[in-house]
Amino acid sequence: MKTEELEQKAIDPGPDKIIGPGFDLATVTDKIANVVLRPIQTTPKQWWISLFFAFCAMQGLLAGGFWLLYKGVGVWGIIVPVAWGFAIVNFVWWIGIGHAGTLISAILLLLKQDWRTSINRFSEAMTLFAVAQAGMFPILHMGRPWLGYWLVPYPNSMWLWPQPRSPLVWDVFAVTTYLTVSLIFWYIGLVPDLATMRDRAKQKWQKITFGMLGLGWRGSARHWARYQMAYLLLGGLATPLVVSVHTVVSFDFAISLLPGWHTTIFPPYFVAGAIYSGFAMVVTLAIPTRKWFHLEDLITMRHLDACAKLMLGTGLIVAYGYMMEAFMSWYSGNPNEMFMYFNRSTGPYAFFFWMLILCNILIPQSLWSRKVRQNIPRLFFVSLVINVGMWLERFIIVITSLHRDFLPSSWGMYYPTQWDWAVLSGTIGFFLVLMILFVRVLPSISIFEVREVLHHLAPHVLEDNPKPAHGD
Amino acid sequence: MTETFWDRHGLYGIMAEFEDPEQLLAAAHKSYAAGYRKMDAYSPMPIEGLAEAIGFRRNWVSLIVLVGGLCGCIGGFGLLWWIAEIAYPHNVGGRPFNSWPMYIPITFECTVLLAALSSVVGMLALNKLPMPYHPVFNVPSFSERASVDRFFLCIESDDPMFDREKVRTFLQELNPEEVSEVEK
Repeated sequence: MKTEELEQKAIDPGPDKIIGPGFDLATVTDKIANVVLRPIQTTPKQWWISLFFAFCAMQGLLAGGFWLLYKGVGVWGIIVPVAWGFAIVNFVWWIGIGHAGTLISAILLLLKQDWRTSINRFSEAMTLFAVAQAGMFPILHMGRPWLGYWLVPYPNSMWLWPQPRSPLVWDVFAVTTYLTVSLIFWYIGLVPDLATMRDRAKQKWQKITFGMLGLGWRGSARHWARYQMAYLLLGGLATPLVVSVHTVVSFDFAISLLPGWHTTIFPPYFVAGAIYSGFAMVVTLAIPTRKWFHLEDLITMRHLDACAKLMLGTGLIVAYGYMMEAFMSWYSGNPNEMFMYFNRSTGPYAFFFWMLILCNILIPQSLWSRKVRQNIPRLFFVSLVINVGMWLERFIIVITSLHRDFLPSSWGMYYPTQWDWAVLSGTIGFFLVLMILFVRVLPSISIFEVREVLHHLAPHVLEDNPKPAHGD
Repeated sequence: MTETFWDRHGLYGIMAEFEDPEQLLAAAHKSYAAGYRKMDAYSPMPIEGLAEAIGFRRNWVSLIVLVGGLCGCIGGFGLLWWIAEIAYPHNVGGRPFNSWPMYIPITFECTVLLAALSSVVGMLALNKLPMPYHPVFNVPSFSERASVDRFFLCIESDDPMFDREKVRTFLQELNPEEVSEVEK
């Protein structure tokens, strides 16, 4: 099969196979490299249109961020008793989205799930960009973001140190470590592919850029041996890290004494929710990408089906978390706890609570059916619903717990302002701009790992009627 | 002895090009068995057993990661202890200054951070990367296809057994696509 042919049409080999028929080492390289190296005129129209809209949405962050820094956090809807508004909701939501990337790249690496290879790079980039969005919120929320470095322990003239017993300080360490480790994991995974890009590039500036980024990688056997060891260890380190990050985020809530926050189910249920929303985002992003760049034979129905099953599984853990919250508030016999749940499900924010149940529990049950998992528009719809649902979950946790706590005299309501919405949509735009640029300027599928899969699976991939290629 | 072209310009080694990974693996085994030690194999993806075939024995990366992780663990915990106990003791509800269970999250994060950084830095340092120039790229088919679909074995000129003609004949016998000399 010639490269030109591969570009024109891509046939999804169906839910059994992780790679389409007819690939060899050279064609698979060309196919993935071509997404990046093709001339600018051949960029799909949908790519430009999406970039345009994402770029417009990103301006919300510019405007909202500027106005916030100029006027102060009062431009947001936060007011006592709800001092944690959209900023924390969005922070937790974005961090959670990042988690699927690490799960796919690290945990599935350790479990030797070879279907991860064509989506791991892509989801690692998603992690990186999502964590970058998340990181902005606590800093903007500080009110005086230029003093953000006070969170870091460093010797200063006031001899003040962060309080190591505070979960908010743990958060600083967890999120910065997560960002750093995600970045190096992603970059180290890219190095051999950057070397491929260097060798495939036709134009000089491309050769120089990829050459610099590729660090002079030459595929030596000794290098590969150390590389694989380092990569495996990074995977082993990232696995507990990803669990710890959302656990620490949940500690921000669980360590406090507020009804609705002070519960031991939070860490596991936050981690499951994070993976749930992350897989939904992977599906949301993978469906258009594979269509625009004709990658249906590399990101196949098998990948989407596996993501859908993981969404279903983690979604059920989340549903269990909701049930336990309800059960424990009744079982505790604590009037404040019981009121919290009553208020959450029937109070002024009840509409959002029931929307959350609809989006996160009821609609995703359709994933039990193969007709939904293997139907692109339906799966895309469910993934969008879960993204919204997970955002609502954080909204419900943050807002309903805060707005009516122990003393009725201090109850209040929270209404987000236009600047809250501007910053939220701005970060969505920023995230999408980064993702859209990423799939065009860097190889969004790990070429060398697909080559490895191809090498291992060679006999039954190339046959016409192979047995299902999955697992080891 | 008269000065040859290679003495003036330098010969890095002699390189054979193979079509598939099994051939390269077999060639690597044969070269090692023939007594060559200074050699390297190049492939566009990792191949199981190839590094061992050319005499790679000790992978130091895991040890570096262990040391990095321990430094992060001890350093992180030590920092928190020092802040809470010495630099900034702060009475929170009468609890002991050294409330060590509360240090576990940060200690864990520091461990992971330093272990991860040392795995990458250690791997790159042991591999002597970044290296912008390397003689193997002087072979045109290497710089074109080594990162795509071809497999190479290079016996280097600083091997004690290296003899230009003998190595060339030896590699020819392994059924390569091509044998070429690598300029320094």
